[in-house]
Amino acid sequence: MDTPDTSTYMIAGFVISFVTMGIYVLSLYIRNRNLNQDVETLESLDEKPSKK
Amino acid sequence: MQPKPTLLKILDIVSIIVLAISTYLALFFAPTEQVMGQVQRVFYFHIGTAWVGLLGFVLAAVSGIVYLVTKDMKWDRFELALVEVSAMFFFLTIVLGSIWARPAWNTWWTWDPRLTTAAVTELIYIAYFMLRQGIEDPEKRARFGAVYTLLGGISAPITFMVIRLFRSIHPVVVGAANANQDKLSMTPDMKTAFFFALFAFTIIFVDFVWHRVRLGALEEKVEQLKLKVSM
Repeated sequence: MDTPDTSTYMIAGFVISFVTMGIYVLSLYIRNRNLNQDVETLESLDEKPSKK
Repeated sequence: MQPKPTLLKILDIVSIIVLAISTYLALFFAPTEQVMGQVQRVFYFHIGTAWVGLLGFVLAAVSGIVYLVTKDMKWDRFELALVEVSAMFFFLTIVLGSIWARPAWNTWWTWDPRLTTAAVTELIYIAYFMLRQGIEDPEKRARFGAVYTLLGGISAPITFMVIRLFRSIHPVVVGAANANQDKLSMTPDMKTAFFFALFAFTIIFVDFVWHRVRLGALEEKVEQLKLKVSM
């Protein structure tokens, strides 16, 4: 029995796997960066009244 | 900003290494399956992602129980992290299964018991995020999340067991469908790629969950600071 050529599906599978995990890692990084910026802004806002 | 723990830095590097090894084993080390051809190689990632996906949903249910008992918010953060990472991996399981099904079953999707329960499980956890976002009070949100993941967690063992309980076209990989079959009908090289993929995705899963837990702590800090500033 001849083995069918299903390499296109295989490539698609691996590409989608890496892209999905890559997007997730990127989303973790972006959310982390934005939250750190929020913390900095909020901390500076919190400090301002005490300086008066 | 909290510095990243050394152990997490090591885990990041280990995750990249094991993913690379697992990809090598799946693509080059494991032999080509005679009936399905090259597409069978996605099976190693399909199983790896399914394993961590279902494991995460069960652990999220356990985490929910611990929250309900202790009322400690760190368990809510852990539960949220587990659900998010598991939902991502389980989405990948479904997509990879569909890619595999196209040449094997001549269709992208069929309402087979396994595929149906897998889709329902994924939808349950997508709904979890949507419903959670609608609750302002952190304690109410955590309580809701705990009860929801506890009930949703039932779908994970159902998804795993359904092909053993009902007639399904989905192959039984772990544990023979009947006593006359081999427990794992794979060649030794296939078994190496298979077990390494399970190991690799477990490491990657732990790494992602750890990062997500840290993000959750930061989200909580922002919420607290917003309250403090607004007062």
